[in-house]
Amino acid sequence: MERSVLVIGGGVAGIQASLDLADKGVIVHLVESSPSIGGRMAQLDKTFPTNDCSICILAPKMADCYGHPNINVLTYSELIGLEGRKGRFQARVLRKARYVDESKCTGCGECLQKCPTKGIPNDFEAGLATRRAIYMPFLQAVPRVATIDREHCKFLTEGKCGVCKKVCKREAIDYEMKDAILEIEVGAVICATGYDVWNPKVAGEYGYERFPNVYTAMEYERLTNAAGPTGGHVVRRSDSQEPRNIAFIQCVGSRNVQLNHPYCCEVCCMHSTKEAMLAKEHKEDIKTTIFYKDLRACSKGFFEYVGRAKRDYGVEFVNSDATVQEETENHNLIVSYDVAGKSERREFDMVVLATTLIPRDSMPRLAKVLGVELTEFGFIRSKDRILARVETSVPGVYIAGYCAGPADIPESVAQGSAAAAKAVEALVEARVSA
Amino acid sequence: MSDENVRIGVFVCHCGTNIGGFVDVPAVAKYAASLPDVAFASDSLYTCAENGLASIRDAIKDHGLNRVVVASCTPRTHAPLFQAVCEEAGLNKYLFTFVNIREQCSWVHMKEKEKATEKAKDLIRMGVARVRLLQAQEESRIAVEPKALVIGGGISGMTTALSLADHGFPVILVEKDGELGGFVRNLNNLYLDGKDAVETINPVIGRVRANRNITAFLNSRVVKVDGFIGNYDITLSVDGREKKDKVGVIVVATGAMEYVPYSLYGYEQFEHVVSLTEFEILCKNKALPKIHSIAFIQCVGSRGQDKSYCSRICCNVAIKNALNCAENYKNMLGREETGAEVKAPVEMKAWEEISERRRRRRGRRGEEEGGEAPQAAPTEALEITIFNRDVMAYGVDHELNYNKAREEHVRFVRYTPENLPKVNMEGDKLVVDYWHDTLKMQRKMNVDMVVLSTPLISQPDAKDLSKLLKVPLGQDGFFLEAHVKLRPVDFATDGVYVCGTAKAPADITECVDQALAAASRAAIPLARGYVQAEALTAKVNPDICTGCGTCEAVCPYGAIRKTEKGVAEVIVAACKGCGCCGATCPEGAIDQSHYTDVQLLAEAKAALEGVVH
Repeated sequence: MERSVLVIGGGVAGIQASLDLADKGVIVHLVESSPSIGGRMAQLDKTFPTNDCSICILAPKMADCYGHPNINVLTYSELIGLEGRKGRFQARVLRKARYVDESKCTGCGECLQKCPTKGIPNDFEAGLATRRAIYMPFLQAVPRVATIDREHCKFLTEGKCGVCKKVCKREAIDYEMKDAILEIEVGAVICATGYDVWNPKVAGEYGYERFPNVYTAMEYERLTNAAGPTGGHVVRRSDSQEPRNIAFIQCVGSRNVQLNHPYCCEVCCMHSTKEAMLAKEHKEDIKTTIFYKDLRACSKGFFEYVGRAKRDYGVEFVNSDATVQEETENHNLIVSYDVAGKSERREFDMVVLATTLIPRDSMPRLAKVLGVELTEFGFIRSKDRILARVETSVPGVYIAGYCAGPADIPESVAQGSAAAAKAVEALVEARVSA
Repeated sequence: MSDENVRIGVFVCHCGTNIGGFVDVPAVAKYAASLPDVAFASDSLYTCAENGLASIRDAIKDHGLNRVVVASCTPRTHAPLFQAVCEEAGLNKYLFTFVNIREQCSWVHMKEKEKATEKAKDLIRMGVARVRLLQAQEESRIAVEPKALVIGGGISGMTTALSLADHGFPVILVEKDGELGGFVRNLNNLYLDGKDAVETINPVIGRVRANRNITAFLNSRVVKVDGFIGNYDITLSVDGREKKDKVGVIVVATGAMEYVPYSLYGYEQFEHVVSLTEFEILCKNKALPKIHSIAFIQCVGSRGQDKSYCSRICCNVAIKNALNCAENYKNMLGREETGAEVKAPVEMKAWEEISERRRRRRGRRGEEEGGEAPQAAPTEALEITIFNRDVMAYGVDHELNYNKAREEHVRFVRYTPENLPKVNMEGDKLVVDYWHDTLKMQRKMNVDMVVLSTPLISQPDAKDLSKLLKVPLGQDGFFLEAHVKLRPVDFATDGVYVCGTAKAPADITECVDQALAAASRAAIPLARGYVQAEALTAKVNPDICTGCGTCEAVCPYGAIRKTEKGVAEVIVAACKGCGCCGATCPEGAIDQSHYTDVQLLAEAKAALEGVVH
């Protein structure tokens, strides 16, 4: 009888599923493709509707997860094969070489400061900052271990340099490290791979990448974050000046049939409201305006939160579509919208786009490995939309969080636990029938 | 401590350059060695690395240390590691103290190295003052009764019960009604798959009945709960008879009910004004009167009208019913209403075509352009309007349904709370009088029926249950979870969980997700078979306690009860050692082990040494 479960994705849903299982004595192999667990929630500045610091409430869970005796955290790893059936699967996991011995590295950061290969876009900072060839994705990364990016490392590409190895007092650098394939037996699999942020460049009417002061919401999250690339100062790309007013535009790419995202992402109305409030906390006299279609503030405390944004923070809500067709000479943006059928234009110093959140680009490949079906929009299809959302067409394979369709943090956490419940049921069933 | 010779070891970490780059670590270690009762002090590059840990282990043995201070990073990540090393060397882990000279010193004083070094010394002096007074603590394990109580036999409660049963645990399911199924039994069909609601839940009810691990009691309720996680003595009233049992965990799945819109929009005043649930019941029983036009009014009694919150599901329920009307109206008619089909005259068909064209021209939103649309002649096509404030068609399926409704010519008319629509009778006609925000003018619409979308509200007995279980309700009257983001189905009190609409309005899928989540959480203590009681708990001095009850009221974990003598007592298994009771006690009768007044004062005095004499 297998007493173990494979969890794919180390975001908040995967972490919750892992902790629930491990606390019941189940061995968990948590596979995360990036060098650190934490997922999207680690990137966010604060969370609605309490304005809790996101990483501050997540970091303890990350640490619990990594330190749990029943959880084997495999970062920088991917599931590449799955055979067998419910109760007895054989999983093949690719452990990419990080060229740093995880058991020796203490995350002191010496190498990160000395590496001469700079200027590589930092994904965690949504591309707003750069990193070096050896890096830790963020300050609170778990494990707190450096990773060498083999595509950029001078030693691995050209055979010269070796600075990190020289400065590492713990002798943790290992240029000889090879990718490894692990064969793991598990009784059930939980997939919780989350979302990607759609690039709004495709929709030219929002001016993204055309006008420097148009940002995606994820970029803005990093801008307001004290540990982010600007140290928490909201400043413009064009001139590093603080904006006097910011427009937030909702449903950028979503609720849009032409782009094959006819769905609503469920979280954007609230994260934009939060971001508009935070702008005010950073700079009191800033003016913030949210252009929305329907303000979907429909979970516990959300409607009241929007009330607070209006009342206490003076956030303006305009019920209209909006586009960014032009900019002025000093890179201010002209936002076009309409009120009561009349079109209007207003100048803003900065525009933040609430872009569609889409399934990970790796989803089709992973779905093939797992054998699960995808919906027309690329989410994993549930076995039954009413009574079995966390189950898939493959017995023993369960889903949680955004990969199953739009979900906010509490829903992702609940689904993480729910998938854990189904996985334990599968283990119990396998034991009974064995 | 008089009977003991205190020997303290202090280990100061460089953390590479994280601390060593800004704090003169060797000087700090030298200073530590000069403090009273410090028998050994050293510094190392990485105290957490194996050689650093070995040096702690060796020093405890070689120098006979009986107290340990590590000055390095954060206890959040590293305390368990150093405590384990102490235990390996035979030292109780509570004789260890962590001093954070990284996050709380070097990292925040990178530009003032001398001051950082002085502050590190201050922090260590405080740690040494504290560790000297620490005492060994024992952690105890308390056995868990491997059985669960689930309160509520709706879809949430049944799902939790089934999952726990399939985990292998016996479950008692308590339902106050005479049958299982809950609120869903009222519904016609379900909006995500269009299937009949009762047909959807009947198999679930069947599985609950057939499951040998589940004992379901109907016409019953919980009347008394005593105890704490793992050990609850419960008393049920089953068909009026008392029944006692013992369980380890409790899940609250008591659901919600519909708000009744008394005195709103002509409810109970005009015949054809009904609530959303009443409309479902009419549809389900195929008892709709013959109508030509119908209006749904959203946010009746919610979003500030009476209740402050948005009820999440009503927009989608209204859209579902609008689609039902558009696609399946004939099949929901009352029998006396059907009769022979009325054939529309040719000219009327032309009218239909014209109005169809006009509707299409009006665009997706389906707003009217000019005067009233001509009254439909006898025809089966219904005019459907949804008066709304924002359409909460969140996610994939709801939004697709919303699109479909617009394709079916359901009109969505937005109103604002400043300009609420009014429902009147003019002659024998129901009229909705509303403000058209685009045209900026008051308009009237004749309708045959008005459906009021009212919010879900908490159960009337939620308050009693919350007192019984010592768990809180939020301002909106729903049960309040431990943390709105990260602990959606836990209560702050261990051993009690919540799911479904007892917590907040949610649709059936969300209720099922939460119900499974609650099962997962509740199964943790059941699967372990024990709970690890905190060693660091509050302790009441019964000689001083006056039984005023202040501590019981402030305890967030329901961990204090009154004894038969009328004084407070700490339930060790439930206490988290947060210290609220100790801080609040007006008599100073409560002390927090490991954080006693004496220990805290010694630490504070050490901090002020050289500043205040």
